[in-house]
Amino acid sequence: MAIKKKKTPTKAKTVKTNSRTSKVILDSKIPAGPIADKWDKHRFNLKLVNPANKRKYEVIVVGSGLAGASAAASLAELGYKVKCFCYQDSPRRAHSIAAQGGINAAKNYQNDGDSAYRLFYDTVKGGDYRSRESNVYRLAQVSVDIIDQCAAQGVPFAREYGGLLANRSFGGAQVSRTFYARGQTGQQLLLGAYSALNRQISLGNVEMHTRSEMLDVVMIDGHAKGIVVRNMISGEISRHAAHSVVLATGGYGNVFFLSTNAMGCNVTASYRAYKRGACFANPCFTQIHPTCIPVSGDHQSKLTLMSESLRNDGRVWVPKDKKTAEKIRKGELSPNDISDKDRDYFLERKYPSFGNLVPRDVASRNAKEVCDEGRSVVSSGLGVYLDFADSIKRMGENTVRERYGNLFDMYEKITGTNAYQNPMTIYPAVHYTMGGLWVDYNLMSNLPGLFAIGEANFSDHGANRLGASALMQGLADGYFVLPYTIGQYLAENGISDRPSIDDSAFSVVQDEVESRIETLLSIKGDRTPTSFHRELGQIMWDKCGMARNKEGLEEALLTIPKLRKEFWQNLSVPGKNTALNQSLEHAGRVADFLEFGELMCRDALQREESCGGHFREEHQTPEGEAKRNDDDFSYVSAWEHKGENKKPQLHKENLVYDEVKMTQRSYK
Amino acid sequence: MNLKLKVWRQDNAEDDGRFEYFEALDISPDMSFLEMLDVVNEGIISDGDEAIAFDSDCREGICGTCSMVINGVPHGGQKGTTACQLHMRHFNDGDTIVIEPWRATAFPVHRDLIVDRSSFDRIQRSGGFISVRTGSVPDANATPVAKENSDLAMDAAQCIGCGACVAACKNASAMLFVAAKVSHLSLMPQGQPERNRRALAMVNQMDEEGFGNCSVNGSCEAVCPKEISLDFIARMNREYGRALLKKGCS
Ligand SMILES: Cc1cc2nc3c(=O)[nH]c(=O)nc-3n(C[C@H](O)[C@H](O)[C@H](O)COP(=O)(O)OP(=O)(O)OC[C@H]3O[C@@H](n4cnc5c(N)ncnc54)[C@H](O)[C@@H]3O)c2cc1C
Ligand code: FES
Repeated sequence: MAIKKKKTPTKAKTVKTNSRTSKVILDSKIPAGPIADKWDKHRFNLKLVNPANKRKYEVIVVGSGLAGASAAASLAELGYKVKCFCYQDSPRRAHSIAAQGGINAAKNYQNDGDSAYRLFYDTVKGGDYRSRESNVYRLAQVSVDIIDQCAAQGVPFAREYGGLLANRSFGGAQVSRTFYARGQTGQQLLLGAYSALNRQISLGNVEMHTRSEMLDVVMIDGHAKGIVVRNMISGEISRHAAHSVVLATGGYGNVFFLSTNAMGCNVTASYRAYKRGACFANPCFTQIHPTCIPVSGDHQSKLTLMSESLRNDGRVWVPKDKKTAEKIRKGELSPNDISDKDRDYFLERKYPSFGNLVPRDVASRNAKEVCDEGRSVVSSGLGVYLDFADSIKRMGENTVRERYGNLFDMYEKITGTNAYQNPMTIYPAVHYTMGGLWVDYNLMSNLPGLFAIGEANFSDHGANRLGASALMQGLADGYFVLPYTIGQYLAENGISDRPSIDDSAFSVVQDEVESRIETLLSIKGDRTPTSFHRELGQIMWDKCGMARNKEGLEEALLTIPKLRKEFWQNLSVPGKNTALNQSLEHAGRVADFLEFGELMCRDALQREESCGGHFREEHQTPEGEAKRNDDDFSYVSAWEHKGENKKPQLHKENLVYDEVKMTQRSYK
Repeated sequence: MNLKLKVWRQDNAEDDGRFEYFEALDISPDMSFLEMLDVVNEGIISDGDEAIAFDSDCREGICGTCSMVINGVPHGGQKGTTACQLHMRHFNDGDTIVIEPWRATAFPVHRDLIVDRSSFDRIQRSGGFISVRTGSVPDANATPVAKENSDLAMDAAQCIGCGACVAACKNASAMLFVAAKVSHLSLMPQGQPERNRRALAMVNQMDEEGFGNCSVNGSCEAVCPKEISLDFIARMNREYGRALLKKGCS
């Protein structure tokens, strides 16, 4: 139950809110034995909670996306008492809803040679050897159960005429293992998880809190035992205690201001946990998606993804010379005026065997490169063509319409351009964050009792995520991993290990949260939260985006603190705390991004290699490809907060590859 | 282009509310409708006043968060388009645009253009699910589903739960929303065991929430951003009738 703040005089007790004095030890708890047996053996060895006692345990789940909703529903089915929180007005609107393409699973329904081992192998390789083998293998193993579960919930997956499930192929794999529901796979999977969650809410096993923003974690004796939450309608701050806290709060792509993420996506929950002692892993690993609709002006509030499948039939090009490009930008020439010999199909030219189908990071970097050379075809200087003219000639407009009709419609809605007649313009955009809270094999952070699942953790995708694998990971964590592994922690610590919300640790955190809100409201400067967010985003995109270098990152490490200083002196947040106040909500999130952006740059600076989505210009092959340095950098960088205005400390979890041989990726 | 906005302002559920007027200057045709509002809000905040509150999240037409009546039409009247995907090229320099929240007894206003749609969640909770526990399910291909059925189920399941159907209906009926969910699950073999119970429970909950009756005039279908067909209402009426009969028999 949420109780309004009682003004208990906060006695000057020794505050037990953090474990900062205790030394951080990153124990990944990878079970021993052959990779294929690890999970089974581990499950057998995990402590069980007596069924009769389960309802005496309370678990807080923050987030109701694929990870959070599936976890909350599954935990409640097991008998635990669950409280679930989200910032939207309904759990059904979590950002997972926007995923389009599909979800991978090693079902081998196509009989094309797929297996758990192959999915595992593809994921480790696709992640450029910076993920943890044991976790990825488990992910591949449970992937098959996810499809069964979702089908049983009534998810209307695409079917063949015989009534069996259909598959499509996706980047980075040679088998057809992606399940989908038209272009709305995330929506349908989330509605499935939401229905399971609804059932548990109606049975009284889950207490759902919508329009509720978690603003901090409460630590007691070094364990995560609760959260402090703001009701976004009334502004009321409440305390919630539990035996354990699960963060399923999604990714932090909005640190770049412009991304394909929903407007409300934020880093607040993970970042607050970090400031209470949880290690943040690989924060600089972000994924840039090559096919998004370019920015149309300063008013731009977010970017829209166009499915990657378009690269199957679209050809990417820019003019060969700068002058022609300039004329196009000025509107003096149109793309159809340019003859084939004056076009540069740069992906086909540089990567003859993969052509337009090179992985996301390679396609993105090359688009940036030709634009940097002055050969962009949109007035902002940031856009290349994706041309369907040849496909239309080859297979007819109708076939193209059948395959991509909804995407062409969406493109026209946003840009006003008919892509059957003119090429599309596209540019890369921030899409996904591989980094996240450090977790062990049980998905528990280094803070006992604090778990992180879904995009909020770091473990499965290494330095680059394959398409259709985020939905798989969110549901694997929530349905099939966390419900088992959390039992170990709960059983070890016992029923009595649940504090009261009157504990002084809660008062201290609530006071901190309230005084922060009051500060944001009292600055009364000139600049809006959005203007700070936009400026931070620009710094991050320029210095810590698709390509990074030492000089730029060092510069960002100077400019971000300056911007942050200005934020706390010149921010304008009209209105009050005790009402719905969207400027205040945004300001709180931007405040955290302003600190977090610095951590990302620091991480990108220390990683003196290029891998996956992290491209350091100093570390490339003579042909301009990413050059890994396995001898020195095959580790997870896990950052520990050491206090305000102090440098965070880097901890390393060494990655060991017993199964997959590390090789340099080549798509030539 | 330059526009005049007439916007509904209301401090909270108890407040009577009023229209306020704003100017939206120098608006680019490439902006989305919500980006136009962002621009206006930036100006308001810089002046130290409180921004116009409106809901949005994905801004891609899929989460169902955005919800506003634009010139009398929920989502602004472009076919199959949510407010967040509506672009300013459909307006003309000098236009006055009237912006209001969804208006329905079952959707009380929280603030300005933001309403409380938790009634939709409660309808879903009353029976909009298939009762399966995690883990205790058969192999996905053990239950074939005719392609026609799963395609039709998908047509219904596309509903984004935005509530435009209610806002457009003169009776503020939620029939199209409920029909979409009931139809989706009743078309799938997995949904059969609870088919009757589900139809009864969801319709009853809809009535309890204070939504009006359906007089099948089709204004819901016309504004639905996912173009969900009225046929699903007919289907649901059959489902409901069937369920009542079964109940009567038992
Ligand atoms: C446009 C787009 C298309 C994509 N397509 C695909 C695809 O085809 N296949 C694929 O596998 N992946 C895809 N992805 C990636 C995938 O959708 C996400 O990684 C995944 O859905 C994340 O799920 P999640 O449950 O971890 O987080 P989310 O779904 O983001 O949920 C986060 C939850 O946390 C809550 N929350 C956040 N912060 C707070 C807070 N402070 N207080 C309270 N609650 C909070 C939110 O309310 C929400 O409920 C796509 C992503 C995008 C952006
Ligand atoms: S904001 Fe998501 S549908 Fe409009």
